[in-house]
Amino acid sequence: MTDISPPKGRGALARREARLAWGLLFPTIAIVALVVIVPLLAIFWISVKPVTLGDLRPAEIRTRVALRERGDQPLLELRVINPSGEQEMTKAGLNVTLPEGVTLTGDLPQGCAMDGQDLSCDFGTLEPGANERFRVDAQVTGDTRAAERAMRDAEVTATGHVSNVLTNSTFTLENFRRLFSGSEFWSVLGITLFYTVFGTLGALVVGLFAALLLNKSFRGQGILRGLYLFPYVAPVIAVAFTWITLFDPYSGSANALLVQMGVSEGAINFFGAKPLALIMVTVFEIWRYFPLSFLFILARMQSIDTDMYEAADMDGASPFQKFWYLSMPQLLGILSVLFLLRFIWTFNKFDDIFLLTGGNAGTRVLTVNVYEQAFAVSNIGAGAAVAVVIFACLLVFSGLFFRTMSREEGL
Amino acid sequence: MKILHKGYLAGPIIGALWALVMSVTLGVAISFATGAAAKPALIGSLILGLATGFARVRIANRWAADAVAVVVALVLMAIGLGALQFDESFNFVWRVVLSVVLAGTVSIPLNSILRELQFGALTRHQFEDAVIRFLTGFGYIFFTAIVVIPFYVMVMTSMKSQQQLMLNPLDFSIDLSRGWHLFDSYYELMTRFHFGRYLWTSFYVSVLTVLLTLLFSVPGAYAVARLRFRGQKVFSRGILLIYMVPMIVLALPIYIAYSMVGLRNSILGIVMIYPVTTIPVALYMLQGYFRGLPVEVEEAGLMDGLSRLKVIWKITLPLALPAMASVGLYVFMIAWNEFLLAFMLLDDPSKFTLTRGIASLNSSEIPRQHLMAGAVIATVPIMALFLGLERFMTRGLTAGAVKG
Repeated sequence: MTDISPPKGRGALARREARLAWGLLFPTIAIVALVVIVPLLAIFWISVKPVTLGDLRPAEIRTRVALRERGDQPLLELRVINPSGEQEMTKAGLNVTLPEGVTLTGDLPQGCAMDGQDLSCDFGTLEPGANERFRVDAQVTGDTRAAERAMRDAEVTATGHVSNVLTNSTFTLENFRRLFSGSEFWSVLGITLFYTVFGTLGALVVGLFAALLLNKSFRGQGILRGLYLFPYVAPVIAVAFTWITLFDPYSGSANALLVQMGVSEGAINFFGAKPLALIMVTVFEIWRYFPLSFLFILARMQSIDTDMYEAADMDGASPFQKFWYLSMPQLLGILSVLFLLRFIWTFNKFDDIFLLTGGNAGTRVLTVNVYEQAFAVSNIGAGAAVAVVIFACLLVFSGLFFRTMSREEGL
Repeated sequence: MKILHKGYLAGPIIGALWALVMSVTLGVAISFATGAAAKPALIGSLILGLATGFARVRIANRWAADAVAVVVALVLMAIGLGALQFDESFNFVWRVVLSVVLAGTVSIPLNSILRELQFGALTRHQFEDAVIRFLTGFGYIFFTAIVVIPFYVMVMTSMKSQQQLMLNPLDFSIDLSRGWHLFDSYYELMTRFHFGRYLWTSFYVSVLTVLLTLLFSVPGAYAVARLRFRGQKVFSRGILLIYMVPMIVLALPIYIAYSMVGLRNSILGIVMIYPVTTIPVALYMLQGYFRGLPVEVEEAGLMDGLSRLKVIWKITLPLALPAMASVGLYVFMIAWNEFLLAFMLLDDPSKFTLTRGIASLNSSEIPRQHLMAGAVIATVPIMALFLGLERFMTRGLTAGAVKG
């Protein structure tokens, strides 16, 4: 009796398919991993190190070897400099070949030795900011000027090892301690949440309104749909500067209009006054991203079956009832997905606020804080610490998002 | 709300609200067009709207409502209570003409908004339909205004000199007598500020980004969508997750790494980094599309003896062309508009992209009109592309791009 059960395990075909899949995915995974995973790890690494902007260019030993004359006694002058103000330099040394006709008669500095015409020195450890000068009596046969020139052109190979703060084993939690101890951090977090929550909700509500307007066919609907997408499609830098121009307190049209209409007495500094600036950047966020919500909601609306509405009409439901009891439940799925995704994206938004206010006037959100810490205060470690906090928040949101997503199929 | 279900209440109230909307709209439009003041006035607008709304529901004849509106508007203007308060730069003829125009913009839409309302009790249907028509009218005006005004300001500011702008920020009428001098800013940018070069740089960087992105994401998306292997689910999720990592978090290490290997300040560095930011988006959009393609076509190809790769090349890719076009367009848009990385990594003016070039115009020495002209130069190509290929774009966007 032969056994006729289905084959167990993965057959040759399935294995070949999996191999092909990995082959196709490999380049993409490799690249994305390199540029996303590695930087993320780097961020965690930097956030526990005292790195400043200056540390990105590690200090190198500076040396000068010159032949001089004092009176008519020729001297060989060596200078060794450790330019780093904080780090000591180990294994500092230099090698140079003296030109023909130059011989050293004086005592060599400590750690130096002559081998034929080759002078090699080992200075050991140089203190931070060390600037050493050694003079050795010399003798010159032949043309002194030519010897000086030859000495100046001689190749000096210098070595010196400065421990690089990015790769050494100094770790500190100072960045995080400073971040959480300041009252500033909590205000930044509050501002971020305000901006994110209201920006996201506003964009959704306005987008829903726009979608309801365009959810019927009429002539010019395509044109209007294209027009309403403009804020999203235009480069952020162009629209941000346009808003600044429009709301400029001195030459802005919006202010001129308000004054002329008698709404306000004098010019209002929209992007420079404290509570108003935050409201303005949130309004900008709503203005810029309502097209996106509008597109998604419209796409969903147009896929709703119309039979339902006909049945509701037969039952005498009024337009508002139809919207509330029929359309809304259908749209809830897309609305919740949109809300979470947009929430995460608004939370991560940097360009808009950076361009509009530079994070001044009470609009500094976490992302702008990363930039400020890293480049304005030149404390890269602190910037990375903020970035780690952002990333932690992000993981929480993504967890929520995927739980919602698994309920919402089709997206 | 029940209380309002009466024609004699609903009509005038909707009318008053509509008149307010129209007087503000017209006031703003007149101010922008002429630079002179035309203030919308609350009392005048309310009276005009109430009267027109009442007339419309009382006398069910549209001409009657139009006539009432015109008469009321003129009378109000004559006694100084007009819905629009004109300053002295408007002479009598203008005032009459504009008042009649206002009356028309109030009564003609109101005629259709209130078209089913009778004077007495209303059904819930009639009332809500009228409210919805009112909201629709308001919505079109509101959305068109918030979208058009900023772009209008952008274009007009780029055509005005600094003095004109300071003199009257509201005057957006184009002084046609200046002829070609209107475009002085553009000429300056193209000649003195090398904007031609920035345009070209932005263009080829964006095109390279699109090509590289598609090259890497098409096979990857296909594998995730179609092939069965362990960890497929994890991948679909992972793609989305990577797509949520904020750029600023990555920009810092990238800046450090580029500083160390000397890729900062080079186009090569930019071209290497842009595709990475767009590959996750493209992967996500494309895999959704590949899933929607019928499997049977590919299986038929396999049965006929094609290898998997040949199937992809000969069957799937030709079918996926529209999707690739919309993904490509979207990626082009992201690359063209990208500002943060260009701003952080490029310092040398000979290598600027367009967005970086505009950022360098933002200084107190350079007149505002140049900045706006730069913004127009950056916006126009992407808009033209977008309007030309709008169908692809909307499809691409809704295929799963929520990034921005």
